[in-house]
Amino acid sequence: MDFSFSEEQQMLQQSVSKFISQDYDWDSRQALSKSATGFSAANWQLFAELGWLSIPFKEDDGGFGGSAVDLIVTMQEFGKGLLVEPFLANTILAGTVISEAGSSEQKSALLTPLMEGSLQLAFAYAEPQSRYELANVQCSAVINGDEIVLNGHKSVVLNGAAAEKILVSVRTSGESCDREGISLIWVEASAAGVRRECYASVDGQRAADIWFDDVVLPASNLLGSAGEAIDVIEMTIDRAALAICAEAVGAMEMSLTKTVEYSKIRKQFKVTLSSFQALQHRMANMFIELAQAKSILLMAAMEMDSLNGRAPKALSAAKSRIGKAARLVGEESIQIHGGIGVTDELDVGHYFKRLTAMQFLFGSTDHHTARFAAS
Amino acid sequence: MNIDFSAEELAFQGEVSAFLAAELPSDIRDKAANNIELTKENFVSWQKILAKKGWAATNWPVEFGGTGWTPTQKYIFDNECAKVGAPEAIAFGLKMVAPVIYTYGNDEQKQRFLPDILASNVWWCQGYSEPNAGSDLASLKTTAVRDGDDFVVNGTKTWTTLGQHADWIFCLVRTGAAEVKNQNAISFLLIDMKTPGITLSPIYLLDGSPEVNEVHFDNVRVPAKNLIGEEGKGWTYAKVLLTHERTNIAGVAKSKKRLQDLKEKAMQTSDGLSGANAMLSDNFAWQQKIAELEIELLALEYTELKTLADVSTGQAPGPESSILKIKGTEIQQSIDMLNVELAGYYALPFVRDQFVDGFEGVAIGPDQAAGSAPTYFNNRKATIYGGSNEIQTNIICKAVLGL
Repeated sequence: MDFSFSEEQQMLQQSVSKFISQDYDWDSRQALSKSATGFSAANWQLFAELGWLSIPFKEDDGGFGGSAVDLIVTMQEFGKGLLVEPFLANTILAGTVISEAGSSEQKSALLTPLMEGSLQLAFAYAEPQSRYELANVQCSAVINGDEIVLNGHKSVVLNGAAAEKILVSVRTSGESCDREGISLIWVEASAAGVRRECYASVDGQRAADIWFDDVVLPASNLLGSAGEAIDVIEMTIDRAALAICAEAVGAMEMSLTKTVEYSKIRKQFKVTLSSFQALQHRMANMFIELAQAKSILLMAAMEMDSLNGRAPKALSAAKSRIGKAARLVGEESIQIHGGIGVTDELDVGHYFKRLTAMQFLFGSTDHHTARFAAS
Repeated sequence: MNIDFSAEELAFQGEVSAFLAAELPSDIRDKAANNIELTKENFVSWQKILAKKGWAATNWPVEFGGTGWTPTQKYIFDNECAKVGAPEAIAFGLKMVAPVIYTYGNDEQKQRFLPDILASNVWWCQGYSEPNAGSDLASLKTTAVRDGDDFVVNGTKTWTTLGQHADWIFCLVRTGAAEVKNQNAISFLLIDMKTPGITLSPIYLLDGSPEVNEVHFDNVRVPAKNLIGEEGKGWTYAKVLLTHERTNIAGVAKSKKRLQDLKEKAMQTSDGLSGANAMLSDNFAWQQKIAELEIELLALEYTELKTLADVSTGQAPGPESSILKIKGTEIQQSIDMLNVELAGYYALPFVRDQFVDGFEGVAIGPDQAAGSAPTYFNNRKATIYGGSNEIQTNIICKAVLGL
């Protein structure tokens, strides 16, 4: 066992932290969130130049061989700035699918430009009826010689608006919830028969519902073997869940810091809020929740890096515990701020929104508690 | 960052496990399995076996006879001991007064006291709380007045755990002005329990055991050379000791073992609610409670490992020790209550002698059930002692959040 960060990890942490604290101020973040695309293309290019878009990928694929610990180091800092750039959707979700299932040609065509910052991707896996059951896939793809014909509806596709190409989980055989018969394909967002309804999400990010109506694509757009994609999909979602857990830890840290600072300046009854024990203990409780969240995040990341087979259970423990902490810290931050906390103007409410979204992405708190108990 | 044990660490785990299998006396092992209270001799004989092996002082520096283990080795040792029900070290000597002596004591005091603590020749107890100084520890009133080469001690200490076994007591005493609540007037004094003027009266707790005592001091003459460090600095030393105490209180390894036992017992305990052959372990509400506790404990385990890693670089445990104390005791108490729930009707019978060495009557109910409610009652103390959990929360507010 070893609980120390490597020199590279410390440098990575400092580099991301410096960007967030110096170049990602609150007003710019809000402006980006409300802009047409919802994020900054210039920032995205900068991330590519700094190598951040290569962090999660194997060295063989041109990445930095990024470990799960590297990933949480990065995401915690992104969480502090409530980053709106689609790192999670593009780099982690779509990138992991290609990295795990793609052929070398597909990696050159999709992963390399992704790491260079020149390609926006999305991974469409959820469907209106599926909730958190990843094998509940009704979107159908019929492979017919050199062609695939795609039909169906994918819901709440993160980065679905900006994506130029979309990775899709599809059923190529079997019944709705069978683990066998699920495949991965990619499709041009501009292809005939693709219809997108794009929208903002409650946390200031972008997503889309996407319909496929007899979309025809070449058979070479299949990633990996037909019918055998469920393991890669589950692994990808677990990795995204770890990433958002780390993002939540960063967001909680900022939310707590801002709440404590505010309590020291806001006066009521001629004294600062920080002098009331009823509020002090609530803030101490938030600190304990954050400490427990940090510990279990580290545990899950290390289990993921150890390739010992314990990763899914460890991840569920982390998602369950951090979801609980995120709810408490988010809600308490608002309560302690008082009325100003429910205004759109103040940043603390936006941390609350992201901390809320976090609880329902990639499996809810209860879903992961039950998955932990069952494994 | 690496979560797996190295080859050396795995070998160490094997060594500890083999040692426990060979050396833990079977009568002690049986008592642990059957909820029978351990006698003083049980504790001491096991501690002497560990001392002979060189494994008594897992938290001491090597120069005084500590093991020099890494945090991972300590973790492995604690977990292996908990798995087989080996008695935990009585903390007062090894884990509480010893760190104060080797940190703040003079050479003569180190040579005089540490070897006997290491060898478990001397049983220590703690003289901190008083009838009117509980959470507000600094308001203590026991006085020590200098008279020639002695201090003359008067006052009453309370909640003195297992004081009936003790040879020595470490005390916080007031050496300055009595009227002023002044943390600079408190000193740290070691007192031989055989000194004339000391009397002990037992206090019976909710489980019927005389686990704690009141200790009365009536003009007790204590040699001045038993004062640790400087007069008036006792509060500083006590705070360091308390961070060690809190870290010990977390009891993560023991809670892991108890939770595992609970899960296994629930698989053998029927639960009529969900059908004739259904087991408690199939009950959704039960599963949910167990899973949430396991997850909380897992988080705490890594909070503790990180704290131990910090301590190994020479730092005293910081305010994190308050998190360990709060969460560790909350988890223990949740497990206590789940044991009562598991027992069902058999949580009710209370045959006090059943838990005492040498009982020859008819044991009522399954082993685990009989002790469940008394343990639950007794262990409400856990969120009160060592600085109540509310005091720990105050410490976090002040030391971490600057409130």
